[in-house]
Amino acid sequence: MKNLARYIITRLLLTIPMVFILLSIVFVVLRVMPGDPVSSMLGGHAPERVIEQKKEELGLNRPLSIQYLDYLWQICRLDLGESMVFKQRVTKAIAEKLPATIELTIFGILITLFLGVFLGAYAADRRRTVQDYVIRLYGIVVYCIPVYWMGLMLQLIFGIWLDILPISGRTSPRVFASTFEKTGLYIIDTILVRDFSALGDVLIHLVLPAFTLGLVLSGIFVRLTRANMLDVLRADYIIAAEARGIRHKKIVYKHALKNAFIPILTMMGLQIALLMAGAVLTETTFSWPGMGRLLLERIYLRDYPTIQGVIIMIALIVAMASLVVDIIYAIVDPRVRY
Amino acid sequence: MATILEIEDLSVHFPIHIGTVRAVEDVSLNLEEGEVMGLVGESGCGKTTLGFSILRLLRPPGRIVKGRILYHGQDIVQMSEKEILSLRGRKIAMIFQDPLTSLNPLFRIDQQFIETLLTHEKGLHKRAAFTRAGNMLESLGISPERLLEYPHQMSGGMRQRIMIGMGLILSPDLLIADEPTTSLDVIVEAQFLDLLNDLRKQFNLTIILITHNLGNVAQLADRITVMYGGTIAEVGEANAIFDNPLHPYTQGLLSSIPNIKLDKPKLKTMPGSPPDLVNPPSGCVFHPRCPYAKDICKVQKPETFSKDGRLVSCWLYG
Ligand SMILES: Nc1ncnc2c1ncn2[C@@H]1O[C@H](COP(=O)(O)OP(=O)(O)OP(=O)(O)O)[C@@H](O)[C@H]1O
Ligand SMILES: [Mg+2]
Repeated sequence: MKNLARYIITRLLLTIPMVFILLSIVFVVLRVMPGDPVSSMLGGHAPERVIEQKKEELGLNRPLSIQYLDYLWQICRLDLGESMVFKQRVTKAIAEKLPATIELTIFGILITLFLGVFLGAYAADRRRTVQDYVIRLYGIVVYCIPVYWMGLMLQLIFGIWLDILPISGRTSPRVFASTFEKTGLYIIDTILVRDFSALGDVLIHLVLPAFTLGLVLSGIFVRLTRANMLDVLRADYIIAAEARGIRHKKIVYKHALKNAFIPILTMMGLQIALLMAGAVLTETTFSWPGMGRLLLERIYLRDYPTIQGVIIMIALIVAMASLVVDIIYAIVDPRVRY
Repeated sequence: MATILEIEDLSVHFPIHIGTVRAVEDVSLNLEEGEVMGLVGESGCGKTTLGFSILRLLRPPGRIVKGRILYHGQDIVQMSEKEILSLRGRKIAMIFQDPLTSLNPLFRIDQQFIETLLTHEKGLHKRAAFTRAGNMLESLGISPERLLEYPHQMSGGMRQRIMIGMGLILSPDLLIADEPTTSLDVIVEAQFLDLLNDLRKQFNLTIILITHNLGNVAQLADRITVMYGGTIAEVGEANAIFDNPLHPYTQGLLSSIPNIKLDKPKLKTMPGSPPDLVNPPSGCVFHPRCPYAKDICKVQKPETFSKDGRLVSCWLYG
């Protein structure tokens, strides 16, 4: 346990240089890109003098190196600064949008894991049968589909043709802003105030975006689980368990799956960045008011501080999530010691 | 003595893309209650396949294509899935070559014991199962506290003892041990064979001891079955076979083990290589390597002849 604590601290410390490098890249790329916050704010026709004055105000006329050092110093003080486009602290903008993204990604992961792992395990168990081929085909097809397109198709089918699921937003318009004040995680908030019709509304809005994200990523996990399961099912301890009379289903879904899950966890850790990228695209498709949409909007506006803040936040989430995955890993596999 | 297992004309095939592997072909064998039967033969001759068939553990594409396996008179080949499940572990146990990989690395030893017990004895209390597992470990010379450990925390010899303990916890009467000592070092191997001998008396076990180490067989087996190329070459009392091997293959096999008692070590290797089981040689599968091969050996499968209380499949004795 002491080792685990040391491991966690090391991992946390390692995220600092990671964030620093990422931030430097984003800083440079943003400023190399054509456009800047002032012209996007004032439009192309504003008088030169006004633009210059505004730039002066925001410190954009200083040499790039000074701006960079200044920003780093600010970050070191744990201050993300203020938006250059709106009168709004960056932390506030993020705090408003973060819960929506968390809700979406958690459900996305759950769907991905559930579909990916069970379909993969089932396919491995039924190797070379029709079910196996169908599931493998599903894995490949889903893997190739871009998130956008998947989102649009689901919207078309379930939102328009069947007209059973909402296709945008986190809630219906009639719902109750005051309900959502505690955590911003609508599911938890509605449960806290015991407003179950609102909870239903929140859940139903979550279905399509979460499935879009979950389905797209499940392809990788179907393939990975199937491959691992095929390996594990050949292992001696599987035959040995069978020789002791343990039921086949139990062997496949308990003995084998637990072992196959270890590489899947590793993959999870690596895929979290991809999941976040998927979340950004999903949010755009479904007008989901999360960090992804925030990021996209602010990129259009060249709102440097907010963009940088969101990127830092996403990097931290990725680092945290892969840390959590590693800890789960240590719990599942008794052989792992840090 | 009563017969516990009767194998009659058993054939096991693996249809694969290049043809059919005839891993076991027309094998017949009787096992008497309480005996230790050594099953020997070169790698790939079908020993494991035969062992797996008895518990119907064959992996696809492996399939029993004909024959019967009578366990106390009941045909295992015809049993329903449910019947075979209740046989596995409870009546017939099997342990494997590599103790390092035969225990699930992610479950504690007690969990694996308890699962085995509860699978067969519905309604058994977990605590009672735990105690029984502890007693079993104790009788194998392992402290019961180690139940709470994971397999990777134990040595190979210990794991093999645990494997056999798990195999015997439900008091089966037949144990199939597939090269149980191959991956153990010599000293641990000797200890393990001693243990096996004790357990055999204690549990009144019938054992099929698969091995290619003839030393093991000499130490433990009452009778020996020699397999070659998916068929049985010779079956007989262990001593008789060691003193006077009848089948040319058995003779070759025995002369290829080093014998330290002899002044002049005569260590011969058998010429030729094991047969291709997809396209086995015509007639007797051994004839291409046999120093005594006659014309008939090339065209006709040898019948099984009885000589000096032994069964030998060779035209020399026809
Ligand atoms: N899954 C399979 N597919 C195809 N052929 C197989 C399969 N399993 C076994 N065989 C073949 O069946 C034959 C018998 O194999 P088996 O494992 O029973 O031999 P063995 O006597 O136990 O050998 P060893 O001493 O190496 O364990 C071999 O020729 C092997 O190639
Ligand atoms: Mg074998």
